[in-house]
Amino acid sequence: MRLRGLVRKEFLQILRDPSSLAIAFVMPVALLLLFGYGISLDAEHVPLALVVEHPSAETASLTGAFQQSRYFDPVLLSDMRTATHALALHQVHGIVRLREDFARHLWGAGEAPIQLIVNGVDANNARLIEGYVEGVWATWVDHQARERGAAPRRAVQLQTQVWFNSELRSRDYLVPGLIAVIMTLIGALLTAMIVAREWERGTMEALMVTPVAVREVLLGKLIPYFVLGMGGMALSVAMAVWLFDVPLRGSLAILFAAAALFLLVALGMGLLISIVARNQFVAGQIAIIVTFLPAFILSGFIFDIGSMPAVVQALTHLIAARYFVAILQTVFLAGDVWAVIVPNALALMLMAGIFLGLSRFRFRKRLD
Amino acid sequence: MWPHLLGLIVKEFLAVLKDKKSRVVLIGPPIIQVLVFGYAATYDLSHVPFAVYNEDPGPLSRDVVAAFHGSANFQEVAQITHDEQIVPLIDRKEALMLLHIGPHFSRDLVLGRPALVQVIVDGRNSNTAALTLTYVRTIADRFNSQWGDRHGQFTPPARLDIRAWFNPNLESRWFIVPGIVALLTLLVTMLVTALSVAREREQGTFDQLLVTPLRPVEILLGKAIPGFLIGLVEASAIILVARWWFHVPLRGSVLTLYMGVALFLLAAVGVGLMISALATTQQQGLLGAFLFMVPAIILSGFATPLANMPPLVQHLTLINPMRYFMVVLRGVFLENAPLELLLDQFWPMAIIGVSTLAAASWLFRHRMH
Repeated sequence: MRLRGLVRKEFLQILRDPSSLAIAFVMPVALLLLFGYGISLDAEHVPLALVVEHPSAETASLTGAFQQSRYFDPVLLSDMRTATHALALHQVHGIVRLREDFARHLWGAGEAPIQLIVNGVDANNARLIEGYVEGVWATWVDHQARERGAAPRRAVQLQTQVWFNSELRSRDYLVPGLIAVIMTLIGALLTAMIVAREWERGTMEALMVTPVAVREVLLGKLIPYFVLGMGGMALSVAMAVWLFDVPLRGSLAILFAAAALFLLVALGMGLLISIVARNQFVAGQIAIIVTFLPAFILSGFIFDIGSMPAVVQALTHLIAARYFVAILQTVFLAGDVWAVIVPNALALMLMAGIFLGLSRFRFRKRLD
Repeated sequence: MWPHLLGLIVKEFLAVLKDKKSRVVLIGPPIIQVLVFGYAATYDLSHVPFAVYNEDPGPLSRDVVAAFHGSANFQEVAQITHDEQIVPLIDRKEALMLLHIGPHFSRDLVLGRPALVQVIVDGRNSNTAALTLTYVRTIADRFNSQWGDRHGQFTPPARLDIRAWFNPNLESRWFIVPGIVALLTLLVTMLVTALSVAREREQGTFDQLLVTPLRPVEILLGKAIPGFLIGLVEASAIILVARWWFHVPLRGSVLTLYMGVALFLLAAVGVGLMISALATTQQQGLLGAFLFMVPAIILSGFATPLANMPPLVQHLTLINPMRYFMVVLRGVFLENAPLELLLDQFWPMAIIGVSTLAAASWLFRHRMH
């Protein structure tokens, strides 16, 4: 009964101060829109310089192949000096150089007739460009060979299949992870600031002298923000499915159960921060430091955890978003794989228990 | 003017540094973060866990598998013997890639028929999947050309000679670590500035500051200089870590680099103070800092290229000072970019800095409650 009163009071407060409603509903929509479109690892229309030192029928055919590829926006140049200048100015990301004696070297064993220079600063992008150029080149060479009547023989032929994301759309893997990053921000922001504010204004002490139990105070804080957070989560999932066309192959129920667990962790973390910091200034600073960047970099949302050094991999176990990202990516793209869902959900449960338990413990001690 | 200003600056430093928690928050995490993120943020793939499903009894299939064992990019984690094992293996992420060699592989290879190898890749992380496929193709191509050489078969001789400038081994750490300089400098500067005015507003001390004989420009400088100096120390520390701990080559001029750092700090301090001046409570200040910082980082080119964004989002990034600083950092560190090539990155940061500082100064006086 008392709890209901507290929850009601908190809801009223939320409705009067629209900033928490904005955090819960406007922020996920705005961020997901911006990032869903803004974050992509798929390079298309890469500006590429094609340097043809001695035009011939063969070079014309090859440049045609580059022009037809959707990966490239080629610029035809005649000398390397202009091309390297364009590379330095970032006007092109790579240079394909067809040597002077291209036609002669084409079938000979000596020097390579074609050279690719990429700007390697963005290593990942450079590697993608290399792959695309090799693809165009290999297809063209095969085609030429066939026209000369010498069908190339590949001893081993690969039949590649990419499961869950056959077109390798980076958005399909980034958008589910983004939901975790955004929910981390929202959960921590909602509680970190709001509870710290009550300490600072002294209203928390006022609450302490009432007969309300600690458990009720904490639950009274948590329940309203939990409801808000789940609303934000529902919005995000709807946008992922309908706006960004990310396939949802698993069940919605599991997705929301995992989201509920994760939100408990995020809110618990926010609560603990605000209890420990006790003032908004420090609570805000801590919330910024421990939520966004770790969720962005250490969660597997964009950087593969398996590629990190062992020590850093061990550290990622402390980041709640890591477990949620794993569940999201699997439930969205692969389906209900229990072997992935169960351990990650258990980890989230454990973290929620630790954060909420610590909050309660610290809270009580502060009362004396 | 100067003694007043100095007094104000000292006071601002004290406000930030006298609280032990606040001090710890400003110094500890950035150092830890640069180390952890420097190692964590990588797109490079090594030891891809793969499984082998070899139905072929012949020795040739073992040569193919051996080619994968010989590569540092792959690590065998399982061998399976039945079709039914494939789905759980990939679903459960036990292996990222499966190499399936059919029962007639050796026979087909010897008879000159196409010898098929099925490769299944987990596409949940599309970037890792694409990279894995590239590695698989490289190994298959090498195997084929060796086989062709040995058996006198025709293989296309036409080769592609690939060079990567500025980063010959394509280490993504060289790309990411200079970016972390911008990331953490922005974080710390925003932490110091975004709440500074808002906190005084909430406590009422800002009104007192306004009625002192200090001129608006002095108040502005007094608020801006501490954030600028703390940011400068932070940036320098991370640049040192990048150069001497992560061994990212610093090929360009340090002077050019610091011009970029100074202009970026100007813009970051300006944005932070403007947010702080707009905010009436600390909560709003924090929210504003978050709402600026999160998109600024994600849409800066730090992790994903700006060129991949749709045109509308690309235009939006023009007001993001971090976008320009990223180019300066990577340009100076890796490309040895001369000053004149970076001017196009410098002036937008200067404009953002000056206009946000002017706005903040105006807001100091005109946003009263």
